[in-house]
Amino acid sequence: MTLIDRTHRAGGSPQASAPLLRVSDVRKSYATPQGPIPVLKGVDLTLAAGESLALLGESGSGKSTLLHLIGGLDDADSGEIMLDGVRVTGQPDAERAALRRERIGIVFQQFNLVPSLTVAGNIAFQARIAGRFDAAWQEELMERLGLAALRHRYPEQLSGGQQQRVSIGRALAIRPRLLIADEPTGNLDEATGDEVMGLALDLIARTGCGFLMVTHSTRLARRLDRQVTLASGVLAGA
Amino acid sequence: MAPDRAFWIFATLLSHWRRHPLNFATLVIGLAVATALWSGVQALNQQARTSYDRAAQVFGDAGAASIVSAKGTSVAQEHYVALRRAGWKVSPVIEGSVRIGGVSYRLVGVEPLTVPKGSAVAGLATGGDLEAFLKAPGQTLVATETLRELGAAGGSRPVTEGKQALPPLVVTEAVAPGILVMDIGAAQVILGKPQQLTRLIGGQGEMPDEASLVAIGGDALKLEQPEERGDLARLTDSFHLNLTAFGLLAFIVGLFIVHASIGLAFEQRLGTLRTMRAVGVPLRLLMLVLVGEVVLLALLAGAIGMVCGYVIAAALLPDVAASLSGLYGAHVGGHLALQGRWWASGLGMASAGALAASAVSLLKVYRLPILAVAKPLAWREAQHAQLRRQGVLAAMCLVIGAIAFLWGRGLVAGFVVIAGVLLGAALLLPLLLAVVLRLGERRASGALAQWFWADTRLQLSGLSLALMALLLALAANVGVGTMVEGFRKTFTGWLDERLNSELYFDAAGAQEGGEIAEWLGRDPRVTAVLPVWKAETRIGGWPVDVYGTRDHATYRDHFTLLSHTADAWDRVRDGEGALISEQLARRMDIGLGSPLALPTADGVWELPVVGLYPDYGNPKGQVRVNVDHLVRHWADARRTSYSVRVAPSDAGALMTAMQSHFDGKIARIVDQASLKQISTQIFERTFAVTGALNTLTLIVSGIALFASLLTLSDLRLAQLAPVWALGVTRRKLMDLEIGKLLVLAAITAVLAVPLGLVLAWCLVAIVNVQAFGWRLPFHVFPTQWGLIVALALATAFLASIVPVVRLGRTAPQDLLKVFANER
Ligand SMILES: Nc1ncnc2c1ncn2[C@@H]1O[C@H](COP(=O)(O)OP(=O)(O)OP(=O)(O)O)[C@@H](O)[C@H]1O
Ligand SMILES: [Mg+2]
Repeated sequence: MTLIDRTHRAGGSPQASAPLLRVSDVRKSYATPQGPIPVLKGVDLTLAAGESLALLGESGSGKSTLLHLIGGLDDADSGEIMLDGVRVTGQPDAERAALRRERIGIVFQQFNLVPSLTVAGNIAFQARIAGRFDAAWQEELMERLGLAALRHRYPEQLSGGQQQRVSIGRALAIRPRLLIADEPTGNLDEATGDEVMGLALDLIARTGCGFLMVTHSTRLARRLDRQVTLASGVLAGA
Repeated sequence: MAPDRAFWIFATLLSHWRRHPLNFATLVIGLAVATALWSGVQALNQQARTSYDRAAQVFGDAGAASIVSAKGTSVAQEHYVALRRAGWKVSPVIEGSVRIGGVSYRLVGVEPLTVPKGSAVAGLATGGDLEAFLKAPGQTLVATETLRELGAAGGSRPVTEGKQALPPLVVTEAVAPGILVMDIGAAQVILGKPQQLTRLIGGQGEMPDEASLVAIGGDALKLEQPEERGDLARLTDSFHLNLTAFGLLAFIVGLFIVHASIGLAFEQRLGTLRTMRAVGVPLRLLMLVLVGEVVLLALLAGAIGMVCGYVIAAALLPDVAASLSGLYGAHVGGHLALQGRWWASGLGMASAGALAASAVSLLKVYRLPILAVAKPLAWREAQHAQLRRQGVLAAMCLVIGAIAFLWGRGLVAGFVVIAGVLLGAALLLPLLLAVVLRLGERRASGALAQWFWADTRLQLSGLSLALMALLLALAANVGVGTMVEGFRKTFTGWLDERLNSELYFDAAGAQEGGEIAEWLGRDPRVTAVLPVWKAETRIGGWPVDVYGTRDHATYRDHFTLLSHTADAWDRVRDGEGALISEQLARRMDIGLGSPLALPTADGVWELPVVGLYPDYGNPKGQVRVNVDHLVRHWADARRTSYSVRVAPSDAGALMTAMQSHFDGKIARIVDQASLKQISTQIFERTFAVTGALNTLTLIVSGIALFASLLTLSDLRLAQLAPVWALGVTRRKLMDLEIGKLLVLAAITAVLAVPLGLVLAWCLVAIVNVQAFGWRLPFHVFPTQWGLIVALALATAFLASIVPVVRLGRTAPQDLLKVFANER
């Protein structure tokens, strides 16, 4: 990231206006036969539009859990998550589905591509059901992600890094307000991971969305604007 | 926007099938086959009913009354003319029998211009052949079967034993087998009954009332209600009911395939469905689209199935395939409604069946968490849980069946018993198999043998549905086979006993009857002339025929009794006892020794019941008493029917002699052979149909087994690869795979035999009795069982071939890949 990029994006002064994402005092525990396990014990977090944030923490510390709550895939026990001034927590399924569909791009650790759709079909899928499919943007994404030549292939015919790029393409195709990624490069070697990361950051910069990424790599984390660490159920960090 | 969204979701779901054509094929085949068998049976039932109606319609419209002579003689032509003049649209019919080449045929003469719509020859009036039918030499309409039997070609003119040439033969499917239909003028000449008619028929609502009848014919004519005639449809109703139940069973067996392949498809798509939910597809919309997909597939496969059903029905009845077109609207009149109903019910069944078969999968999707974190149970635990659930369900089904058996009443209870037993047994099957396999595992020595048993058990969950389908199909085979064979045996045996006189005739009147009987008595060839006189009465509002017969060895030695007192025949002879039909006994809830109160013309005649006899298919009650006592109580009894005992070789000559000697004094005469022939011909058809359907059901369950194996074969590779890697040859693995399926199929087949017998017993002893008031004896046919077991093994062998060959063909590097993909 260049300095110019950063200042350009910070131009909106996130602190001044309402932040893109605000997580306040979010708690979550999982019910198990041995009793409830508290995982998040009051998490507070804000993220401005155009800002990128790395979420670090030990395995089992609750990073994925927090990401799922922010992405509207699961609901918190208490606390509140606001995205773009819209409540994410405590919403019925249809509302949360609409939020996910229209405002959030999710990049899963396991890619979660639809095996029966081609590369192009996978990238277009979310945009199509969100009703904002844009052929030119789709074309540009495939071009930038180096997938143009692979457009007719099926996921099983792709390497891990290629699948990763497809899932990033799918998340960006809707021009999300917020992009969240759970260890997106966890399955890739360092060089490929770096390459995919660079591409992603570039595209994110173009769409101006917020970016929240879980990673174990401090090296990758340093490429983002801010870093926070989840430990004992609360956030600490820069 | 939402429709747009639904479209893309739908398109994405469908894209799965493009990548899994085999899965798609088994699903469509399963549904199509289920629908085909169901709709085929429906079409056959309809077809059979049409042919029964056809047979009935030749003698007069089955649903309408007809006018006959009150004295049992013929109807004078002048009465017909008078009725027509009075404006009644009646049409004349003459019936009689003729012998050609030693075989009796029923000859029916009709008047095509006045014949009511919907009767056999009515089609003539609309077709262009009316002129040919009427103008000399005219036409004789016959069924294909009759033509074959006559050994004649269309257009030829067979000569009767009375030296009369028939009008040229023309084949039409509108006429029932064994019947010759021609213009009434020609028939009167051939039968030697000029100016005589047997009955007058008319369409519904076109018959004169009693008053106008008396006004025109005095006491010479009377109205005969349709139920007074022997009704073939009533006898076959039971059979069609069973056929329907059988079609339903085939349908359910087909649904097992659907269930298995839909389950597999949903399982394979769980990841996709999760992803869809994660990227914002609302649950409600997803469910809606999934249901829509199932219904769409059902309609597609259902339509294919309907076409196959038509083909099956047509193939099963090749000789009437042409007239089947009537089912599909090719005929005139009310058939169009039938066409719509047939399609709608078939497609409706397909959709309902597909939804039922996918209910579990749909529910699973509805409950599917977006985030998959729950650790899957180890397969053993999962299998145990599943088996426990199935065991509980099976117990519930069996208990419901038992409750219906013990306390249930009526036909529905009978079917509940059958459904409970069949479903319970099917659900129990995997449990039993698991127990057997565990025993095998315990006994096994050697690593490979142990692996074999354990691995077979591992596969059980995947195969159990197919095996359940196989069990049901095999049990249905045993059950229906037992019933059909039993029915055939009982029916033909009963006919033999019941019809053991060589000739039967109806005289034109009581006087003529006596005359003929006397004449016959002088003939040295005749050993006995036995009156079969009849009176009609009602018991408890139910019409009952009372027959009077003479005490004779014909009855004593041959008449089948279900139960009787020691001196039954003596008591009947002395007028101190009556034999009653099974139907009457069940309906009145009376038995041996019960007093029977017969309302007669002059008061009530009370006498004890001394015997019960079977009277298969008769919708009316029947009582048999001594003929002398019958006429004492009913002065107006019909004294025109007789049976004649004569050496069988002389029967034909005697019949011709009687016809030439008495001419018009004989209203009808028929020999034993052709009477039996007419009665059994129609059943033979249905037996053939049932046999073919039985085979088809077995084929379906074979497909089910095949489909399950095929869909499992990818999974199998992962399970077999380690064993192969450890040094077991592929050849050996293939043998083991086939062996395993044969073991499973053999156990299933052995269990299917007792289940099938239970099914047959339920059909024979519950359903039939509840529906029709008579019970078939329960016969068993052990040779059938051997055949069933052999068939099961053959089916299993065939089903295992393709996946095994696939295994044999798998290149080593592909087997290795399995390891690479292992998570
Ligand atoms: N569905 C669940 N039921 C019970 N416990 C759960 C469930 N999901 C997660 N947990 C527990 O919650 C804790 C946090 O899980 P989470 O997946 O958020 O950790 P994480 O920080 O993402 O770990 P990693 O870095 O290994 O991915 C863990 O201790 C985990 O065992
Ligand atoms: Mg995690």
